[in-house]
Amino acid sequence: MTARIVHIARNTFREAVRDRALYNLIAFALLLSGAAIFVGQISIEIERLVVVNLGLTAVSLFGVVIAIFIGIGLVSKEIDKRTLYTVLSRPVRRWEFIIGKFFGLAGTLVVNTFFMAIGVFGALLYVAHKFSKPDALILVALYFIILEFLIICSLALLFSSFSSPLLSAVFAFSLFVIGSFADDLRGFARLTHGFTRWFATGAAYLVPNFSTLNVISQVAHQQPLRAQLILQNSLYALFYTAMALSGAVLIFERRNLK
Amino acid sequence: MAAIEILGLEKTYMVGFWRKRPKRALEPLHLTVEEGEIFGFLGPNGAGKTTTLKMLMGLVFPTAGTARLLGRAWTDPEVKAQIGFLPEQPYFYDYLTAHELLDYYGQLSGVPAPDRKRRIEEVLSRVGLTDIKGLQLRKFSKGMLQRVGIAQAILHNPRLVFLDEPMSGLDPLGRREVRDLIEQLKQEGKTVFFSTHILSDAEALCDRVAIIHKGQLRGVGEIEQLTSSVQGKVEVVWQGTQVPASMKALGAECHVTGDTVRAVLAANQQDAAIDALRREHIRLIAITPLRTSLEAYFVEKLQHSQTAAGTTAGTAAGSNV
Repeated sequence: MTARIVHIARNTFREAVRDRALYNLIAFALLLSGAAIFVGQISIEIERLVVVNLGLTAVSLFGVVIAIFIGIGLVSKEIDKRTLYTVLSRPVRRWEFIIGKFFGLAGTLVVNTFFMAIGVFGALLYVAHKFSKPDALILVALYFIILEFLIICSLALLFSSFSSPLLSAVFAFSLFVIGSFADDLRGFARLTHGFTRWFATGAAYLVPNFSTLNVISQVAHQQPLRAQLILQNSLYALFYTAMALSGAVLIFERRNLK
Repeated sequence: MAAIEILGLEKTYMVGFWRKRPKRALEPLHLTVEEGEIFGFLGPNGAGKTTTLKMLMGLVFPTAGTARLLGRAWTDPEVKAQIGFLPEQPYFYDYLTAHELLDYYGQLSGVPAPDRKRRIEEVLSRVGLTDIKGLQLRKFSKGMLQRVGIAQAILHNPRLVFLDEPMSGLDPLGRREVRDLIEQLKQEGKTVFFSTHILSDAEALCDRVAIIHKGQLRGVGEIEQLTSSVQGKVEVVWQGTQVPASMKALGAECHVTGDTVRAVLAANQQDAAIDALRREHIRLIAITPLRTSLEAYFVEKLQHSQTAAGTTAGTAAGSNV
């Protein structure tokens, strides 16, 4: 069981690595980190702030684009191209396929983030000439970015299990945008009354809360982060990802492959 | 033991956008294939062959019915370790090489690592794909992909092999090689279930065949048994160039070649034909019974179903009036 998931994950990773479009995105993200150096140099006294802000935002945004770009095709492309037939006609359970695909994409994103993070730290070293203790918080921000990717991956997989790649992309990207304002949405819900309050609160808690995972600004300003936040965000991302993956499995288990 | 037992599998799709209406893709199907058989599943395009195979592979869920493969429930994932499947017009991960693809499939089928490399070389050689190392599948021709498809179906040494249109996309030499391969599989004691609409392939290979049309099973049995049910024909050859009117009246198809005439007519008209020739004092050279082909049986079954459908439609139209 575990071995089959690992094999599927490894093949998904291999597919992503051999996809040239992915390299364009990574190159673009590294270029943006490089541009941060330039912007940092013309921003007197706040070079570090600009480099960290721009660099981490680039890592986050490009990672999200890659997660959606690859994630939306993970299941639907396999159905359209009928590559799934020769996989599911083997002793592979449908849920193993979904979980394997998820880990493959998650692994791809972790590796990408690692390389893009090297770019960010390189840019930081270039403008600051040395690392300071608060720079360790960048690692926490990167960890939260990875948690964000896990949620996006699972959502892209969920949409990919029942709709076309285009619709999946629209759904996933919309949820990313809405989720980035989840705190505002919750605040708005508190201002309403009656049925609207119920509805708005439900919707605000249903969408993924990406705003709690975004600590880029705090890290750039070298503000301390609560240790509790790390645990809280880890559990939240784990729960949300598990829910989205369960939904994907439930749908895919019942789907006829035409 | 039966290798395949299909117990009333049926499939109805809901079609249409707003107003969903049912469309029957497969009527309840009952079929048994014994272990070690080469079984042909014949039918024109859209007959329900692929739907049946997809249901057996767990790719499509039946509306009703069940099946057993190698004595176990067809939904049991473990039984799939003993099954090979070649889909119709297969398409594979084109960023992989044939070796990588087969290695991946071998892993999924649970082939141990030490055996995998040997098996990959073996099956690639069996399907005539050697010297392709490092070539990605996106650079393969349709025929080469079909060969890779057959290789992946037999890679894990399955007891039961399902092939959906295995000769599709192959040149005559390739078709011959696949025929030989299917025969080798039988000699190894494997059961082969293959769907095709190329009747000569089925006639050359199969122990038994089933004919399906518009989702309904029209006939099943050994080829000789099936074809014997079709009205036989005889060829009558006589000397001369004239065709007596009485022969034409018997419905004979006559061809004059040099100073001989060959006539093909229904076997039950044989005595009448001899009498006609005797009356005209024509010298009879030979009478040969003609073997009924599977094609004749197939066409008869299809025409019969179309006539039945026409009659039903006619009756329905009549009752409306």
